[in-house]
Amino acid sequence: MSNTAKHVVIVGAGHAGGSAAALLRQYGWQGPVTLIGGEPTVPYQRPPLSKAWLKGEHELADLLLRPATFYPDNRIELRVGCEVAAIDRATGCVALSSGERVAYDHLILATGCHARALPLPSSQLEGVVALRTLADADRLRPLLRANSRIIIIGAGYIGLEVAASARSLGAEVVVIEREARVLPRVASGPLSNFFQQRHLAGGVRIITGAAVEAFDDERQRVAAVHLSNGEAIPCDAVLVAVGAAPNELLASAAGLACDNGIRVDAAARTADPAIYAIGDCTHRPVSLYERTYRLESVPNALEQAKQAAADLCGRAPPAPEVPWFWSDQYDLRLQIAGLPFDVAETVVRGDPGSACFAIFHLAADGTVQSVEAVNAPAEFMAGRMMIARRKRVVASRVADMSCSIRELAG
Amino acid sequence: MLDPRTGRLISQGRNMPKVTYIEHNGTPHSVDVPVGTSVMRGAVDNNIPGIDADCGGECACATCHVYVDAAWLPKIGLPEQGSQEGAMLSFAAVAQPDSRLSCQITMREDLDGLVVRMPEGQH
Repeated sequence: MSNTAKHVVIVGAGHAGGSAAALLRQYGWQGPVTLIGGEPTVPYQRPPLSKAWLKGEHELADLLLRPATFYPDNRIELRVGCEVAAIDRATGCVALSSGERVAYDHLILATGCHARALPLPSSQLEGVVALRTLADADRLRPLLRANSRIIIIGAGYIGLEVAASARSLGAEVVVIEREARVLPRVASGPLSNFFQQRHLAGGVRIITGAAVEAFDDERQRVAAVHLSNGEAIPCDAVLVAVGAAPNELLASAAGLACDNGIRVDAAARTADPAIYAIGDCTHRPVSLYERTYRLESVPNALEQAKQAAADLCGRAPPAPEVPWFWSDQYDLRLQIAGLPFDVAETVVRGDPGSACFAIFHLAADGTVQSVEAVNAPAEFMAGRMMIARRKRVVASRVADMSCSIRELAG
Repeated sequence: MLDPRTGRLISQGRNMPKVTYIEHNGTPHSVDVPVGTSVMRGAVDNNIPGIDADCGGECACATCHVYVDAAWLPKIGLPEQGSQEGAMLSFAAVAQPDSRLSCQITMREDLDGLVVRMPEGQH
């Protein structure tokens, strides 16, 4: 039985850290809880930063994970704008960059990710931004005006969501992707094709298979981007959206195993019994697929926050969840259930031309591994259920629209 | 007007409407939920167990599923035919005829006293 009177220190006040603090109280943790965040803001939701926040449709209160009063009301000591410099496992302390030391009985690392930078010397120019934090979004927002010219480097979710938001604000948008298609690492070929067509129809210029070689500047402000194909594209601003990397230096410097994320078990425990790690910064087991993976998603942050809080409070572990993701672009809602591991066959259900369809990815024995659903919430939900149950289906029936999704899932 | 501490709207001159959330194990929680706030937000802001709200209120995840008390169902209504919410609920775990996604119920003064129950799980 755990001793719920001890001090839990959570490093990182994003979605994972903020949720872990709340869940500890929900699950009955009695002892002090300290939540330390590097950003100056109370915990907030990142997904709207590339969408509603950028378009000015949200107020700060909409963005916050919970109201600012929640933390004192629930005896959570929230310390924002506070960098942790090191973990001293021998004495059970974290050292802040101010020199102060904070003692812990249990430590939860929820350090998240940082936006990858381009390996170019001039990427510090004014007008070149990334998008990870609220401060980043507030730098980007004034750059997206009617007729301003923005170049987005990287056609992942963030790049394409910002492209859609920027178009709705009237900006001219060019997306540059090094690979041969948009969403190369996170979507199947047919889904990439669909999104590429939608962005072209929305007035976005997309250049694939091209690398960025240099930036031009005028008085330290970015003015153009030079590509490996020889083209130079003039611009007013550049968004660098080339993926995220886990913040694992604190953990690795403290001798915890890291390998594309802090290694944890199914209860979010590291090899040190006093230290957990949760969220984007972890490399975790994904039992459904019998392997380990690093997931960057809000549902993953919440699932691991539940795992750590349940383990600390001596509760039964939460049931494993099917990983899932969503993205909103234009009038499209993309929902993805599962991960496309061991896919032998891909079947499209419905007509992509109708902008309402789903792509099922099946293992060799017909087990549903992953479903990508565009404006198809029933297919997404049914897919999530089928994946959880390791349901096997026949590809021809998936493609047959006269076979209802309920029959298919049943 | 906005509450300077929370940044949220303060309902003026009237009592704050209450919502009672009943956990699957029967534990009730009665809390104030400001007019204009979703029933999901009311649960999350008050740390009430049983609402996950993975997507933060975008109607993308179906993890804020509740059963609306029979006395309140006529006032709240069911999801519209063909709506995103209806489609999500059609395959939600343990859905019932009185199921709603609480992110899609916006608090109104005439919903003061609303009672919702949580399902066994959200995943």
